[in-house]
Amino acid sequence: MDKKEWPLWEVFIRSRNGLDHKHCGSVHATDARMALQAARNVFTRRQEGVSIWVVRAEHIVASDPDAKPEMFDPSEDKIYRHPTFFKLPDEVDHM
Amino acid sequence: MTPQLEYILRPADSALILGQRLSEWCGHAPVLEEDLALANIALDLIGQARLLLTHVGTLEGNGRDEDQLAFLRTEHEYRNVTLVELPNGDFGATVLRTFLFAAFQFELWQALQTSSDSTLAAIAGKSLKETRYHLRHSSEWVIRLGLGTEESHARMQSALDRLWPYTAELFSDDETDVTAAREMLGPACSSLQSAWSAAVLPVLEEAALEVPASTSFRSRGKVGVHSEHLGHVLSEMQYLQRAYPGATW
Repeated sequence: MDKKEWPLWEVFIRSRNGLDHKHCGSVHATDARMALQAARNVFTRRQEGVSIWVVRAEHIVASDPDAKPEMFDPSEDKIYRHPTFFKLPDEVDHM
Repeated sequence: MTPQLEYILRPADSALILGQRLSEWCGHAPVLEEDLALANIALDLIGQARLLLTHVGTLEGNGRDEDQLAFLRTEHEYRNVTLVELPNGDFGATVLRTFLFAAFQFELWQALQTSSDSTLAAIAGKSLKETRYHLRHSSEWVIRLGLGTEESHARMQSALDRLWPYTAELFSDDETDVTAAREMLGPACSSLQSAWSAAVLPVLEEAALEVPASTSFRSRGKVGVHSEHLGHVLSEMQYLQRAYPGATW
């Protein structure tokens, strides 16, 4: 019998209306509908959610951990990108 | 036991015994996700049984609680349909039985929501949501395994051939049903058959499974006449209370 692994699905759960879906883990499932069922069973047994998204893990494009220096480090010394860097005139301060 | 108590014991015991059967899968299902799914369904069923048995105990008024009813009744006092006490078989047979029974429970809970017994109606309303999920989950599997490989299809067909004759009992009325229907306690089970068929047959058809011809065989679990399997289920389930009467933890 073919023992191929089922595809991996990443699971995102919205814990309450108005909040964002948050990544909470992954499940194996044969297809999208079964992935939703599996996610429901694995992650919402204790009322953790009101909505579930599942996405095939292979469809997620991720940044390369090795590219961290050029991706993220250059922003480190550019504090003027934060609005708090600028001193506002008294008249518009505390906006 | 009054016909009213008999009537409520049937769905109570069927839920309890199927819950016990499904619990046998805990730690043994083909994948983690299904292990959790089967255990979730088992817990839902046991929860339904607890509510119904507690209600039976209260109506009976002899001080028996859910535990005494579950753990201290003998085989012939159990009123579950025979379908739910049969051994699980493989994963396919397990989900198929869950499907056939959940479809029955679905119709029963719907009808019981208007019961003259308000507690029973409330239990039915709560259980309906759980059963709707059991039905969805199990029917997805029935379709996938029916249409899966040659082997999965053959296993599903043989499971259906084995289980189907036991579905006749779900819809065979007796005095208990007649009394319940007359007193507006709940439906006579024969009245649920056409809705059940309308839900079950399209799924089996989509799964390319052939429905066996009906036979005159009638299992009689719900009047207390069980197969040889129930005794084994109970001996495991009741072991602790039998060996250490009154034990709590």
